[in-house]
Amino acid sequence: MMPPAPAQAPAIKPPETERGKKLAPTFNVKQAGAQQDNAPNSAGPAMVVQSLHKSYGEQKVLNGLDLKVGSGQTVAVLGRSGTGKSVLLRLIVGLQKPDAGTIQIQGQEITNASLEEMNEIRKKMGFLFQHAALYDSLTVAENVAFPLRRHTEMTAAQRCERVQELLGSVGMQADLNKMPSDISGGMQKRVGLARALALEPGILLLDEPTAGLDPITSGEIDELILKLQEEREVASIVVTHDLHSAKVIADRIVLLHEGNAVIEGTYEELEKSTDEFVTEFFKRDS
Amino acid sequence: MSYHANIPRRYSTDDLPQPSVALRSAAAAIWIPLNSVLEWFGELGMFIWQVMRSTFRRPFEGLELIRQLDEVGSKSLAMVAMAGAAIGAVLALESRHSLVQFGAKSMLPAAVVFSIIHETGPVITALVVCGRVGAGIGAELGSMKVTEQIDAIEASGVNAYKLLAFTRIVACVLMLPLLTLAADFCGIITGWIANTAAEPIAFHKFIHAGFAGTGFSDFLAPTFRTMVFGLIIGVIACFQGMRSQGGTEGVGRSATSAVVLSSLFVMLADVILVKLILVFFP
Repeated sequence: MMPPAPAQAPAIKPPETERGKKLAPTFNVKQAGAQQDNAPNSAGPAMVVQSLHKSYGEQKVLNGLDLKVGSGQTVAVLGRSGTGKSVLLRLIVGLQKPDAGTIQIQGQEITNASLEEMNEIRKKMGFLFQHAALYDSLTVAENVAFPLRRHTEMTAAQRCERVQELLGSVGMQADLNKMPSDISGGMQKRVGLARALALEPGILLLDEPTAGLDPITSGEIDELILKLQEEREVASIVVTHDLHSAKVIADRIVLLHEGNAVIEGTYEELEKSTDEFVTEFFKRDS
Repeated sequence: MSYHANIPRRYSTDDLPQPSVALRSAAAAIWIPLNSVLEWFGELGMFIWQVMRSTFRRPFEGLELIRQLDEVGSKSLAMVAMAGAAIGAVLALESRHSLVQFGAKSMLPAAVVFSIIHETGPVITALVVCGRVGAGIGAELGSMKVTEQIDAIEASGVNAYKLLAFTRIVACVLMLPLLTLAADFCGIITGWIANTAAEPIAFHKFIHAGFAGTGFSDFLAPTFRTMVFGLIIGVIACFQGMRSQGGTEGVGRSATSAVVLSSLFVMLADVILVKLILVFFP
C-alpha cells in the first residue's frame, strides 16, 4: 500500500529570542581562516534537506525526503525500525553521501563538500550516536575533552573546567576517570551527549538519546535538550521511538514511512490525525 | 509452407545460442572472486589516496605518532630480538654442519653475518611485526569501526585517516629498520655463541671474519627494504581494520586478514626487492 500524501508542514517558527537569554559562547572554535564562534546562524533555517534519496542495493531507504529545521527548533523524527531515521542523521553529518538531493547546513550546501570543508561544518554540529560510540581507550573525561583538545586553543586547566561543567550538566561529574567499559549504557549515552555538546554546537543530531535509559534519566536528558533549545537556540533533530520524549522536547514531529515523511506537525496535530499509519503508530504507544 | 513463412522475423537475444548452465556457473565461479579481488584493490587504492592526501595537512598528529612509535617499536623489541636470536643460533648450527662437510669451516662467520643482514634478519623481523603489530592494528581499528568510534572521530571534524592510519603507517615505516638492526645484532651474537659452543672462537675474530666482505651497500639495501615492509604492514593492517564490518566476527576477520595479507605481500615484495637490489647494488 502506498503511504498517504504527507500533510502540509507547519511554517518554521522564527527564533524565539524571548524564550530565554542566549548564552554567549565561552570559547572560540578553530576554523580554517578566521576565528568564529559556533553560534547558530539565526538568519535562515539551520538545516534544509531537499529531495533526499538513499538506497543500499535494491533497498530504498530514503525516497525524496524534505525537512527544514529552524534555529532553536527541535524536530523529532519517528518511524518504524529501518525507515532511514539514523541514515538521515548520518547523511546530515556527512558520514555517508546521498544518492540524490541536497542538504544545507546554516546555508551551506554539504553534499558536494570536500573532506576539509565537511570537517569545518562538522565543528558546528554535535552528534550523539545510538550506542554513544565513546572512545574505549580514553577515560570519560578524555572522551569529552577530545573535541576541545582538537578544535580549541584552551589551556589544560580551561579544558578540565569545561569538561567538569559538561559532565556536571549530564550528572556524570563523579565518573571523570572511569573507562567507558566501567559505566552503564545509559551513563555512556550521557557522556556521549556531553561530548556532543563540548564545542557548543549550533546543531545537535541525537540518535535515540533516551533509548535504554530509565525514566528519570530520560527525563533529565529531555530537560537538558529543552534547556539547550532555550538558552542557545540549538537546532536539533532527535531520532527517537519514545513518543513521550518527542512530545516533551519537539516543536515538530516528522513521521517517516517507506523513506518519506508521512506527516509532519506538532504532537497534538499528529495525535488528531486520521491517517491509518499515524493512528496505528500513536495507538501502539498509548 | 506455413502461412507465416514469409513474414520477416525480428532477431532477439533469445535467438542467440545460449551458454549452457555449466558454462555460466563456471564463469560465475571465476568472475565473483575476481570481482571481489578487483574491488579490494580498488578500495585499497582509494584508502592509500585518502591517507596520502592527509599526509601534508595540519595537524601532524605528533603525540599520536610518538604513541604509535612506542606501540610498534619498543613493544615489539623483545619479540623481534628473541626471533633474531633464535634464527642466528639455528643458522650457525645448520651452516656449520654443511660447511664442515665442504671444508669451508672458516667461512662460517661470513655466512652467518651475510645471511642475517641480507635476508633472514629483515624477513623474520617483518613477519614478527606482521603477527604482533598487524594483528593489533587490524583488531583495534576493526573494533573501533564496528563500534562506530571511527564515525565518531569523523563526526567531530577530525580526519580519521590522518589520526588513525597515517600515524600507524609512519610508525611501521620508521620502526622496521630499527627493529631489524636489533634482530640482526641478536642473531649475530647467538650465531657466535652457537659457533663457540661447538668450537671456541674469540668474539672479535668472529666479527672481523663475518664483516670482512661486507660493505655499506650491504646495510643500505636491506634497510630500505624493511621500510617497504613497514609500509606494507601499516597500509594493509590499517586498511583491513578500517573496512571491518559484521560485529565481533568481522573484527576477528580483520585481524586475521591483516596478518595473512601483510605477510603475503611482504614475501612478494621481498622477491621483487631482492631482484631490484641485485640490479642496483650488484
